[in-house]
Amino acid sequence: MRSLSLFAGLFLTSAAVADTPVLTVYTYDSFISDWGPGPAVEAAFEAQCSCDLQMIGAGDGAELLSRVKLEGTRSEADIILGLDTNLMADAMKTDLFEPVSIVADYAVPNGWNNKFFTPFDWGYFAFVQNVGLETVSNFRELADSDLKIVIQDPRSSTPGLGLLMWVKAAYGADAKKIWNDLNDNIVTVTAGWSEAYGMFLEGEADMVLSYTTSPAYHIIAEQDNSKTFAAFDEGHYMQVEVAGKLRSTDQPILADQFLKFMVSDVFQDIIPTTNWMFPAVTPTGGLPDGFPKALSAKKSLIFSPSDAALLREDALLEWQAALSQ
Amino acid sequence: MIAGDEDILNLKQTCFRQGKFALTANFEVSKGARIAIIGPSGGGKSTLLHGISGFLKPTTGQVLWEGEPMSDHPGERPLSILFQDHNLFPHLCVADNIAVGINPNMRLSEEQILLAKNALDQVGLSEKAADFPRDLSGGQRGRVGLARILLRKRPLILLDEPFSALGPALKDEMLELLSQILDLTEASALMVTHDTNDAIRFGDQAILVAEGLAHEPQEIQSLFSNPPPALKEYIGDRA
Amino acid sequence: MAGSVIAISLRLIFGGAVITALLTFSFGTAAVVALRGHGFGPLLPTDLSAIRFTLWQALVSAFLSVSVAIPVARALSRQSFFGRRALITLLGAPFILPVLVGVLGLLSVFGRSGWISELLLFFGLGRLSIYGASGVILAHVFFNLPLATRFILQGWSGVPAERFRLTDSLGANSWSRFLLIEWPMLRGVLPGAFVLIFLLCLTSFTVALAVGGGPKGTTIELAIYQAFRFEFNLGKAASLATIQFGLCGIVALLAFLVPLPKVGDIGLDRLAHQFGARKHRRLDIIWISGAAGFLILPLSAILFRGLGGILSLPGQVFSASITSLLIALISTGVCIFLALGLSLSIAYSRLNTQKIVEGISVLGLSTSPLVVGTGLFLMIFPFVNPASLAIPVTAFVNAMMAMPFALRVLIPAVRDIYNEYLHLRLSLNMGRGIWLMRIVFPRLRRPVGFSAGLVAALSMGDFGVIALFASPDLQTLPLILYRLMGSYQMDQAAAVSVVLVAQSLFLFWIFDRGGRGHTES
Repeated sequence: MRSLSLFAGLFLTSAAVADTPVLTVYTYDSFISDWGPGPAVEAAFEAQCSCDLQMIGAGDGAELLSRVKLEGTRSEADIILGLDTNLMADAMKTDLFEPVSIVADYAVPNGWNNKFFTPFDWGYFAFVQNVGLETVSNFRELADSDLKIVIQDPRSSTPGLGLLMWVKAAYGADAKKIWNDLNDNIVTVTAGWSEAYGMFLEGEADMVLSYTTSPAYHIIAEQDNSKTFAAFDEGHYMQVEVAGKLRSTDQPILADQFLKFMVSDVFQDIIPTTNWMFPAVTPTGGLPDGFPKALSAKKSLIFSPSDAALLREDALLEWQAALSQ
Repeated sequence: MIAGDEDILNLKQTCFRQGKFALTANFEVSKGARIAIIGPSGGGKSTLLHGISGFLKPTTGQVLWEGEPMSDHPGERPLSILFQDHNLFPHLCVADNIAVGINPNMRLSEEQILLAKNALDQVGLSEKAADFPRDLSGGQRGRVGLARILLRKRPLILLDEPFSALGPALKDEMLELLSQILDLTEASALMVTHDTNDAIRFGDQAILVAEGLAHEPQEIQSLFSNPPPALKEYIGDRA
Repeated sequence: MAGSVIAISLRLIFGGAVITALLTFSFGTAAVVALRGHGFGPLLPTDLSAIRFTLWQALVSAFLSVSVAIPVARALSRQSFFGRRALITLLGAPFILPVLVGVLGLLSVFGRSGWISELLLFFGLGRLSIYGASGVILAHVFFNLPLATRFILQGWSGVPAERFRLTDSLGANSWSRFLLIEWPMLRGVLPGAFVLIFLLCLTSFTVALAVGGGPKGTTIELAIYQAFRFEFNLGKAASLATIQFGLCGIVALLAFLVPLPKVGDIGLDRLAHQFGARKHRRLDIIWISGAAGFLILPLSAILFRGLGGILSLPGQVFSASITSLLIALISTGVCIFLALGLSLSIAYSRLNTQKIVEGISVLGLSTSPLVVGTGLFLMIFPFVNPASLAIPVTAFVNAMMAMPFALRVLIPAVRDIYNEYLHLRLSLNMGRGIWLMRIVFPRLRRPVGFSAGLVAALSMGDFGVIALFASPDLQTLPLILYRLMGSYQMDQAAAVSVVLVAQSLFLFWIFDRGGRGHTES
């Protein structure tokens, strides 16, 4: 299934057995890490599909889309998992995705009715920090403070793009000023979420752009109560992560099966304690203790996919202009 | 012009150009002659040698050997050359360095191997056959070059200040060895030298090369006792 | 005079082909990128600031590298101390050190949680942060200070011993010595060193990627990479690529006006002179220790951190190192074959060697590997999935990028052989086969070995083109290193660095050693 040159083929271990059908899923790197959902998802799906599930990490969410554009119809992938609502319009414009409608009892705020993409989890962006650090409750306070933050590049990372949209949603035309003021707080801009979060954990920055659910990871998995997030007055921007099926897939039935599996109880139950996001369909077991609550509708900011697509370019220009100084 | 059977090398109204420099030469060399080529630096001595050896083609005139024009390819001319430097291939041992003299492929017949060994013996380097140039002294390297010349047995030998880096005693030794080889092979020899003593020691005749003109060979003693103005300027007051 | 018609034609064809390939590489791929992007994309203000930043940091880096190198080289040229020879050899190391490894080392020492920050925190001061311009310049100076020092040291060794004696006999003091000896020497060496280092910093990618810190620390190469991978905006990539090429071209033209220093292992072992050695010993030792510390600390930081973890590295590191090795070997083979062929094909020509060598070197340096990689990617794209050709393409691009270095070593070497022994060969009527096999090639063994070692080491540590082609299933050591650094698994990253450096050094050593043989000539 993986078409490599003769040389590479000699040196890479490929688990593909000739007869078993292979379903290839492109996703973001942290999804397939050892402590992410990947391993459990693979095991669970392979148990019911008698196939080989290959999950391949291709950077962070936004880079995923670039990769899809790059590979076009020749892509080996069947499913793209890890885009979000900010990217959906752009993704649909590529004409590479197949409409697919998976029915489920979605617990996503504001519901779900997109023809092409299926959500699998959602969350709120927030700045994560250590407990005990001076708290700020909005962007202006953050910009005025001396706190050092690490963020992601909106062109390659969905949290990065999310932050961009967040500031835009909260401040509209004033977004530019916010970014100008934030410039001296930013330690660096990483390509993806993993790098940024890793830096934060190493003490390279005081705060990192992540999710309200990130502290839950430390509490539940590590019994570590030292992390918290800064609740912002403006509200928090929402991210709904989605998966789509490629038109060029050679395993359409298997792909549909996977998407159905994705909103089923088995998959959704894995999500909270591996991806540390809210599941798109509430599993029968409910959410684990220690998970934060959902925010009120007023505090849940989100642009529709088409609006996000419209605003993105200008927001990006503002961001780049402010950070280039 | 009919070449006497005494004259084997004939530079017939030749002119050689090297860059902006031009050298005119029109003379004959007889068989068995030993001619020193002398003159101030920049005067054209090396140019003359290059012209005779074939590295430089004459723009006018011809270089004749026994009445016939010489081949364009230096390797096909009936001569051996000893340069000022870089006479030995550093990566070949002494035996191979000599062997390339008769067969550039270094594959020698039984007979040729014997001849090579002989040549080595004659210059007194028999035990050095397997050594490399870097293991030899300056004088020994000179002798290897001479051994190769001996082996090749060409009727014309050209030398471009080959012993200038050696001390006086060694130089005399080399000149003596050269003389023996010339006796053995009955070859003609032209040697560029800037040392007038070496010139007198080596040669019967001398060609003065100055200001782009190679004069005719002249009997060496008479040349030095009654030097023309160009030569006088070159040698100064030394007798 | 130089051979049959066939031979001449073959030579011309081969030489011409290689030169055409080099040119296509530089110009052609930029053109392809432009075509595919449907013309050139517009440049945004942020791109303009990337251009400004690229120029500015290159200037500052080159200036700093060269300025600091002056006192360090002076000190090294006259002081003898334990380990002097080792230190001078070590100065050649950062050239072949993989950039990522160097950056990792610098972060370990100068980063926000590095040794110096810990020290500062201990004294109640704030942490050191090197993201942004400061980090980029620091890294560039780290890599180029040793280079500049070597160049100036070469300058010192080039001054004839008599001149020192003459100056001394005239009763000169420090200032006069500077005027009579050092300044004229520096005037000859510095411009070339500066231009070379400026060019190297201009095309910097990996450093900007690792410590650039975002838009404020973005170089043009990095912007090309981002336009390509993050946005798939080929028009922009094309515009930036063309600008990069133009900038480098202009600087490269400058390089023609100055004598460029030689790349090679010149005997720098003996002390050039002793003047002022005793009087200034203390100061000199400070300079030397400072420079040595600056270079050694980051490297030892990695060694410390990494040695322990080698055994617990996952299996994919092993297969990645094989892949890297394969790429390096292919690059080396291709590069040396082409470089040798080109050198031999121009051996007879009357062209001025110096000029050819400079021209080619400079052309190579002003080519952006990312532009080339992108162009190739696009050329292949319509026919085959580029990811499947990632290895051969990377190897080929590495070979091309390393050609200038190989040529700088080989062209003069071949010319010397021909100048010295061609007459002898012709006078003996020696055929081409024997001439090449028994005379030329054995004589070339040493320069070929050295340049092969350089190319192999450079290719092993390369992180430029491979980043463009990086598909999830392609693993080379630098790629793994980058991913580990990204996910902040610093201990594992250090371990992989040790493996990478060891492998690069081993490759260099084995080729260089092979070239020297068991005897020196």
